[in-house]
Order: sequence, then structure tokens, then C-alpha cells
Amino acid sequence: MKQEYIMGNGAIALGALAAGVNVVAGYPGTPSSEIIETITKYPHEDIHVEWSVNEKAAMEVAASASYSGARTLVTMKQVGLNVAADPIMSLAYVGVKGGMVVVSADDPGPISSQTEQDTRKFAEFCRIPVFDPSSPEEAYEMIQDAFDYSEKYHTPVLFRPTTRVCHAYASIQVPEKMQPKKYDGFVKDSKKWVIFPRLSFANHAMIEKRNPEMGEDFSTYRFNILQGGDAGKKAVFASGVSYAYAMEYLKDHPEVRLVKIGTPHPFPESFALKALEGVEEVMCIEELSPYVEEALLKLIGKHKLNVNVYGKLTGHVAASGENNSNSVAAVLAGFLGLDGMKAGMDKTGAPALPVRPPVLCAGCPHRASFYAVKAAMKGRKSYFCGDIGCYTLGNAMPLDMVDTCLCMGAGVTMAQGFHWVDGEGTCFAFIGDSTFFASGITGVVNAVYNDADMILCVLDNSTTAMTGHQPHPGTGINLMGSFVDKVSIQKVLEGVGVKKIVTVDPLDLPKAVAAVKECADMKGVKAIIFKSPCVAITKPQGRAVISDKCIQCKKCIREIGCPALIINDGKVAIDKSLCTGCGLCSHICPVSAISCGDGKDKVSGGAANE
Amino acid sequence: MNKDVLICGVGGQGTVLASKLLAAAAMEEGNKVHSAETIGMAQRGGSVTSHVRIGDRAYSPLIPSGGADMIMAFEPSEAVRNLSYLKQDGVVIVNSVPVKPTTESLNDTGYDGTEMIAYLKSRCKKCVVVDAEELCSSLGSSRYFNVAILGVAVGCEGLGLPEDTVLAEIKKRVPQKFVETNEKAFLIGVQTGRKYID
Repeated sequence: MKQEYIMGNGAIALGALAAGVNVVAGYPGTPSSEIIETITKYPHEDIHVEWSVNEKAAMEVAASASYSGARTLVTMKQVGLNVAADPIMSLAYVGVKGGMVVVSADDPGPISSQTEQDTRKFAEFCRIPVFDPSSPEEAYEMIQDAFDYSEKYHTPVLFRPTTRVCHAYASIQVPEKMQPKKYDGFVKDSKKWVIFPRLSFANHAMIEKRNPEMGEDFSTYRFNILQGGDAGKKAVFASGVSYAYAMEYLKDHPEVRLVKIGTPHPFPESFALKALEGVEEVMCIEELSPYVEEALLKLIGKHKLNVNVYGKLTGHVAASGENNSNSVAAVLAGFLGLDGMKAGMDKTGAPALPVRPPVLCAGCPHRASFYAVKAAMKGRKSYFCGDIGCYTLGNAMPLDMVDTCLCMGAGVTMAQGFHWVDGEGTCFAFIGDSTFFASGITGVVNAVYNDADMILCVLDNSTTAMTGHQPHPGTGINLMGSFVDKVSIQKVLEGVGVKKIVTVDPLDLPKAVAAVKECADMKGVKAIIFKSPCVAITKPQGRAVISDKCIQCKKCIREIGCPALIINDGKVAIDKSLCTGCGLCSHICPVSAISCGDGKDKVSGGAANE
Repeated sequence: MNKDVLICGVGGQGTVLASKLLAAAAMEEGNKVHSAETIGMAQRGGSVTSHVRIGDRAYSPLIPSGGADMIMAFEPSEAVRNLSYLKQDGVVIVNSVPVKPTTESLNDTGYDGTEMIAYLKSRCKKCVVVDAEELCSSLGSSRYFNVAILGVAVGCEGLGLPEDTVLAEIKKRVPQKFVETNEKAFLIGVQTGRKYID
């Protein structure tokens, strides 16, 4: 065994490797992305690992591998599970042979997501089991159990860590050598693997019979934990990282009965009934939905128990957002009649803090793309439909170029909806290269087929930047270390019938503006591919210089909001540590006071020593 | 040993390396360690924190309010932002050089960090103020401040970690060509920190 100090996502990956996983597929999304990245850092010649084009694709790749007896891991964030909802719902009916664990990372807060949805509820909806780890250490052990349960019950299994588990670091003991499982291969049997209404009917009945049995099995599961005594006939139920928060407070009150639910679905009823013995009041500490709270209410109703249940439904725990040690301590102190947690430093009278909203990096080509469209469309009615990625940050002032953002790929189709209700306005969709491949293409086909007027702006920086620079079909690299043919965005667009396609470098502002104007004056579906690499990868060494011609009008700052443009002693200046010399500001200066040097004198003042 | 250390700053200042070195050194000394970093959208020019929890009484991945023995702040306003994490008698080590947010260039509020430092001094029992540019002047770049501030923390004996253990981790974990400068940065920090031993 060797010790690894690793992120929760790494622990999940190592757990899967220790369980002998054979096929790993997923789509990047915070907080789940590092699971697959960790797999690729370990020897994996005998394991197939891929960034799939989207979550649905990942789920389906894993499904057939699992039919063949292989152990498979599928990773995504919670909104990715919506994309993969179609295959997983059906797969729940068909079942699997080799263990299949689907990690769907939830994001209470939300910190970097569109929704606060709860994968535990999704599991209940799919009628499949879900495991809910409360720490990286537990996640490492639990995912190995999840593979075993998946094979024992021939069902896909959901595994849902939350952000604080995914991104917490801990020490894990892992075996020196981890061998992928041996598997037999696919055995043809159309009665088993082809979903038809008759099979669905029969299997639905089987699933509803099986789930209570599985709940019984889970009632003795090692990570459903009952601890403490019966302090005043009260019990605390907790789930996921909220259990860790409860422990943080209750470590000084070991007499309190604390119950952890590690397998929310199927609910371990016998275990919960035992935990409720002699209990008159229960407080449920959990995030997202009141899952455990509702399960207990159901159980108490079924068994006609005289127990009061408190939690989100009674307003004791916040309905939305994250819990933390202090919020949980406050709830528990009130419930148990104990002292609260020690207060932190009082911040009364603190000076107003500067706001630091996330912004596009200095030199980011997306800033130039947005500015080109803004400049070209000045004075003309336009709709700007955004999408999911770094470029959602194009909404920030002063760019203010994102009118809508809904979900992956939605901008392409929403631009069409605006066109059908307002023929006057010009409808733009901004989409990144990875998002284009994930779910943008069908929207373009929809526009061509239905004869919409719109301008598709593909912001092609040749990477999946926001989630940590994962490769995608347009990059020519895959996770097996192979160089593969790049899928050309231009050719895809040509192939689906887009007649006007222009590729421009957004940093060449005059050309970019001209391209937008030309497209805006045409009918039909037009596409502009704004092509320039992500500066966080290329780290250009150039830098802008402001000459004494500067009249301090601050137009550069007001127009583009680049973090490298600062005010120093009342004067416009360049932050040498941030500037990449992209030159966008030099195009904006009305007196041509900004020029771009080669950056040989660049000072890496603030750049991180990583 | 049970110690909770909050490291805070602005995305891009190198807080993660400081937290990794601290965690590694504490583990080398035989402690159980947990930590948590800001990841994702907030990294881009936003406020970032690393929570390093040393000892076996840490359950939550994040330090509770009022639980931090020390705040290592890479930026004055970030120290104030995170001040409620500090124990009543906790230590603050703070860089006095401000990072002005992009919004500051759009509407000039005159933020320069000085009132933050004054506030911290008025509030905290022990507040060590260092000027990153001054501290790193002999190193040619203040990018080494992340390792220098770790030196200050070790030097003022606020962490209970031996110098040599941290130095060994720097050798092990920093790319070869930067080891020498980082060792220097650390030792400059330690020297400065020693002036603040109670």
C-alpha cells in the first residue's frame, strides 16, 4: 500500500481503479472533472478512458461495455445527468452485467452550476440505488462497494458526491498495483438487451420487488452509521457532507444520537427504524432537497410512529444553498438545547470590501469576439444568446454581451426563437468549441431545416477552458494519448447546410467587425468562427505599452474591461504581469497611444509560482 | 497537534502551492491533514481560499467560523473578507500590497489596502504585516511571495512546524529550476517571521 494525498475526485478515481474498472467515460463539468483526469495519470494501457462528446454518449459507451461484463465508470456533473437522462432511465429497466457506477456530482450553493438539483431524487426517479459519500476517504471505499452492489443486483448505480467532497483533499492508502477486471464479453440475448414494452413491464415489476430487498440489504451496510446514545429522545439524521458538519459540532457531544444515511435510495428502512427506537424528535441535516426528511416522514406514517420530524420542510434548515459547520451547529444547538459554536472574529466596522466577480482573463480572445459583435451591431437591434463556458462571463460590464444563458447548447436554438417572435432584430448565438460538439450541432440543423435567420458565433479557442482545459473532438488529441483527426467545425457547418461561414481571428478587430457586419446584412443561417487559442494555455509573452500620447480618456477601460488595464496614480496603466499583448486595446484607443511590444521586458510581477 | 490555517488571496497569486507545501510538511511531521481549495469559475480573478486542517479532530473540509488559528492573507482586503474564520486570539499574516479588482478601474473607489491593514491591526491580537514587493525584492519577482509568506508563518512560530521539514518539502515539490529561489524566499520569510515571535 502507498499513501496518496489527493482530492476527493482523485479518491473516487482511485477507488474505481482499485475496483478493477475497465472502461471510463465522461464529460467535463465542475465539480466532477478531476475524476477522469486522475485516471489518466495512472497506468491505464488496459483501461479505455475517454472524454465523450457529451454525457449521453458517455453513458451509452459504458452501457454496452457493461453488458459485456466490463466494469464501467461514467462521470459528469449533476446537470450532465439531465443530458444522460434518456439512456439511464432505460438502462435502469434493462440492467447491466459488469458493475456500472455513474458519478453525478451535485453542487449545493450552487457554486458553479445552473441548478441545485439533487441526484438522490434522480436515483429515486430512475428506481436505482445511490451512494452518498461524506468525505474523500469514504468515497474511496464506497465506490468500490458501489461496483459490487451494481453487479450483485445487475443495475446501474448512481454515486453522488457534492462539491465539498469532490474538492477536499485527504490521505488515502491505495494498493501498489491495481488490475482491471477480467470479463467474458457480450452474450447475445435479444430478450434481455433489447428494450420493448413487454420487457419494460416485466422488469418494472422486478425492480419494484427488488428495491425494498435492496433497502434491507443496505440496512446493514457499513456506511449507514448509527452512533451516540439517546440524549433526550432526540436524534439527528444527516447525509453527505452535512454529516461531516454535524460531526464537527457533535464531536464534543458524543452522547447525541447521530444517524448517517449513506444509501438514500432504496432507503434502508430497517436501519432507520432501529435508529428511531425511543426517539420522539428528529432533525434532518442535508443539502439540496429534503430527501431524508421525506423518507422518514413516509416511514413514520407507514409504521404509525409518534415522531416529530424537523428539517427543510419545517424551516429549520435552509431550503436552498450550502450548509456549513456553523449553520449546522446553530440548528443543532437549538434542537438539542446545547451551547452554539464559538463565534469568530466580529467584523463590525470593517471597511467596504472590493468586489471581485470572475472576469475573462487578460488577453482572452472571447473578449475580442464579443467586442467585435458589439461594435458591429452598435445602434442595431440584436439578441445575444450565450451558452455554458468561460464566455458566459461576456455578460459582465462593460461588455454586457450575454442576454440569455440557459443550458448547454441552448443559445443556438434560443436565437431562433427570438427570430420567430421578432423578425426585426438580428439574433446571435455564442457557443464555445467544446459546447458546439457537445450539444450545438443539432441546434444548427434545426435552424437550417426551419429556415431561421441567425448568426452562429463559434468561439473556438481549441480547448474546454472553464473546466480545466480538457481536449475535445476539435483538438486532435484524446485521452488514450493518440493523435487523431480533428473534427472540423467548418466542415460540420458546411455539411449540415450552413451556406455562409467566415473564419476570423477576433484579435484582428477591423476584420472581425467587417465579418459581423457582412453576416448581419444577409438572410438565413450564417456562421462566424472566431478562432484564437486560449491564453491560459499559450501564455503569450507580448505586452502593450502606453505612450505619453495618452489623453487619459479611459475609453480602453470603459469599453473592454480588461484586467490588465488599470489606473495607477490616477493614470491609465498596463499591469505588466497580466497583459498578454493581444492588442485589442490598441484598436480602441482614439489617439493611438497604445502599441504592442514583444514583451521581452515583461516582468512576471504577479504571476503565480505554482 | 491541531491547527487550522486559512490561506486567502486573489486567483493567480499562488495560494495553492503554499497550501500544498504546508499540508505536505504537516503530514511529514506525522499529522493527519485535510485541505480544500477554491476551484472553478471563482479562480478567474476572484477571491480564493485554501483551508488547511491539521490534526485528527477535523471533520468538515472547511474550517468553521472562529476556528482558524492563523490566516495567511496574500492581499489586504482578502484578510478582512475572511476575518470571521479567525479565532479570537488567532494570528493574521498579511501582505500590504493590494490587488485592485477590474471593477476598480471602471469606478475608482480609491481602494489601496491601507484602511484594511489599519482595521486588521485594530482587531487582531497579533497581526504581522509584510510588504510582498519589499520582502521579495532580492528575488527579482514577487511571484515567490507564496513561499516567502509560508516562511514568515514558520518563522513566527505560529504553525509549530520545523523549518527543515518545510525546506525538504520545497526541494521535493517545486520544479528543479525554481528550488533555489524558493528556498531563498522561504528563508527570507523565516527571518522576517522571527521578529514577531511572542
